[in-house]
Amino acid sequence: MVKRSLIVLMWLFAHLVQAELLIEVTQGKQSAIPVAVVPFSWNGSSALPEDISAIVTNDLASSGYFRTLGTASMITQPHQLNDVIYADWSRLKQDFVVIGTVELQADGYAVQFHVMDVHQQVEILRHRVKGKASQLRDLAHYISDFIFKKLTGVPGVFSTKLIYVTTNRERSRFNLNYADADGAREQLIYSSKHPIISPAWSPDAKKVAYVSFENGRSEIFFQELATGKRERVVAFDGSNSAPAFSPDGTRLAFVLSKLGNPDVYVMDLASRKIERMTNHYAIDTEPQWDVDGRHIFFTSSRAGGPQVYKLDTANKQVERVTFEGSYNARARITADGRKLVYVHKANDRFHIASQDVKSGLVHILTSETELDESPSVAPNGSMVIYAASEADRSILAAVSVDGDVKFRLPSKYGDVREPAWSPIFQ
Amino acid sequence: MQTTALYKTLGLAFGAMLISACASKGDVNDGAGSTVAPTATEQQAEDTNAVESTGVNGEALEAEANEAQAALREQTVFYFDFDQSTLKSEGKAALMAHAAFLAANPAASVVLEGHADERGTVEYNLALGERRSMTVRRFLMANGANGSQLKVVSFGEERPVMMGHDEGSYSKNRRVEVKYQSR
Repeated sequence: MVKRSLIVLMWLFAHLVQAELLIEVTQGKQSAIPVAVVPFSWNGSSALPEDISAIVTNDLASSGYFRTLGTASMITQPHQLNDVIYADWSRLKQDFVVIGTVELQADGYAVQFHVMDVHQQVEILRHRVKGKASQLRDLAHYISDFIFKKLTGVPGVFSTKLIYVTTNRERSRFNLNYADADGAREQLIYSSKHPIISPAWSPDAKKVAYVSFENGRSEIFFQELATGKRERVVAFDGSNSAPAFSPDGTRLAFVLSKLGNPDVYVMDLASRKIERMTNHYAIDTEPQWDVDGRHIFFTSSRAGGPQVYKLDTANKQVERVTFEGSYNARARITADGRKLVYVHKANDRFHIASQDVKSGLVHILTSETELDESPSVAPNGSMVIYAASEADRSILAAVSVDGDVKFRLPSKYGDVREPAWSPIFQ
Repeated sequence: MQTTALYKTLGLAFGAMLISACASKGDVNDGAGSTVAPTATEQQAEDTNAVESTGVNGEALEAEANEAQAALREQTVFYFDFDQSTLKSEGKAALMAHAAFLAANPAASVVLEGHADERGTVEYNLALGERRSMTVRRFLMANGANGSQLKVVSFGEERPVMMGHDEGSYSKNRRVEVKYQSR
C-alpha cells in the first residue's frame, strides 16, 4: 500500500513537472536502425535551455525506426569529424553516428551537425541551422527531420504539431490543445464547458476547424492559430459537424443534419455556398477528402451498420469501400493516397485498421489498446495517431501504418481525445 | 401500439361503468370495486345512492388516471440498444404520457437530447444520438404532440451519465433524455 502510494505520488510529481504528454515507445521496428547521437558540445557558460541532442535522440527513438545508443555506453564522445573513431562505433554495433556543436552567436544559436556512416566510414550529411533561444526545440526537431529523411528516405514529421481535446472526468470542461508532435509545449487554444469534437487542420496549417456545442448544439467553427480569432462558419438549423478541408483548402466538407437525417455537404469557402452531396435516409457522416480533391470518403449506415463509402463529387456516384466486418468508420487517407485508415470492429473490440486502396487488403494495426477511435494520419504517411481507452482513461496512442511501430502519449490531465495531426509546415 | 390498446380499454371500461351506473342498479358495486357484499335491502334502497357512489368513484378514477399519467411522465430517460435507434417497448407507456401532456398543454415544450455510448466513432455516435432523438420525436408526434414543441439535439458520446467501460454503463449512456423547457 505504502509502495503503491509512493508510486502514485511519484507519478503525480513526474506529471506535474513534465510535459503534458510523454512519449512511451511500446513497440519498435524489428529492423530499427542503430544510431548513436553523441551529446553536442556547447561553448556557453551556463546550461542551454534545451538539450538539443537529447531531443534529437528522443525523436529518433520515438519514431520506432531507430534504436538509439545510451550516452553511458559510448566509448568516446566526439564533437568534431576528425575525432570520430569508426572502430569504436563499429564495436558498439552502430550503423550511424550523429555529432554536433552548439554555439552562441550574436544573432542567436547556431547548431552544426554531421551524420557518419559507420560501415562506409564516411560523413553522409553535414548541416548548420540557426535560431533564437525560444526556438531550440524547433531546431532540434528540424535536425531530427533532416536525419530521418536522409536515413529512411521518408520526410520526418518531428516538426509537426498535434491538436487534441482534453476533458476532465466529469465532462464539465473541454479543452482544445495545440502541442508539438512529441507532446511537448502544449498550449490551450480554446476552452469550453461544452463538448468540442472533430478538430481538423486547414492544409496550410494556419487554422483549424472544429465542432463546438457552446450554443447548445453542434456547430462548426474556424480558429486562426496565430491570432486565436474564431469564426462560426456552419450553423444551420439542425446538427452541423465533421468538418474536413479539401486538399487545396478552398472547400469544406461537413455534415448537416436537418431533422435527423445527416448528409454530407460541401461548402465553397470563398462564396460560402453549400451543395448537398449525399441524400439518403441512413446516417452519412465523417467525410474525408481523397488526395485527388474530387472524391470524398464517408461513413454511412445505408447497409445497416456503418461502412466506408467513396463519393465522386462530380457526379455524386457512391461506391462502397469496406466489406470486412460489421463496423468500419471514420476513414482517413495517407498523403500518397495508397492506404485508407479507419476504425474497425472485430470480435466486439474496436481497433484501427488500414486498407490497401488498390488491393483492398485489410490489416488490423492495433491490439493492445481498447476502444480505439479518431485515427489521424501523419503527413508523411508513416504513423497514425488515435485515441484509445487504457486503465479507465482515454489516452493518445500511435501506430505505424505498417503496424510495426507503436507508441503512446499518456497525459497528466483527464481524458485525451480527438487528435489531429498537422500537415508539414512549409 | 400496445399502450394505445391499453388506453382504449381503460377508456372503454370507464365509459361502460358510467353507462351501467345510469342504466342499472344491481351491479354498480362492481364498477366501484367495492368488496362489501350487497344486501337485498341496500340493493332496493335506491339508485340515488348508487349513482352518487359511482359518481364519486368515477372522479377518483380520473384522479388516479391523472396520477398514473404524472407517474409515467416521471420517466424522462429512454434507453436504446447498441447501434440502434428503435424504441424499446418498455418506454412507450411513459412516452405516451408525455405526448398526452404535450397535446393537452400546447405551450409546453421539450428538448429531446440524444446520447450514445463511447464505443465506435465520435461523429457516427453524434448521428446515432440524433437518430434516437428523432425516433422519440416521431413517437411523440404520432401520439398527439406538435412538432413545434419538440427540439432535437444530440451530444453523441460526449455526455455519458456513467463513466464505466462495461455494458452496465453503456446501456445507461445510450439514451434520449426528455427535458421540459416549459410546462
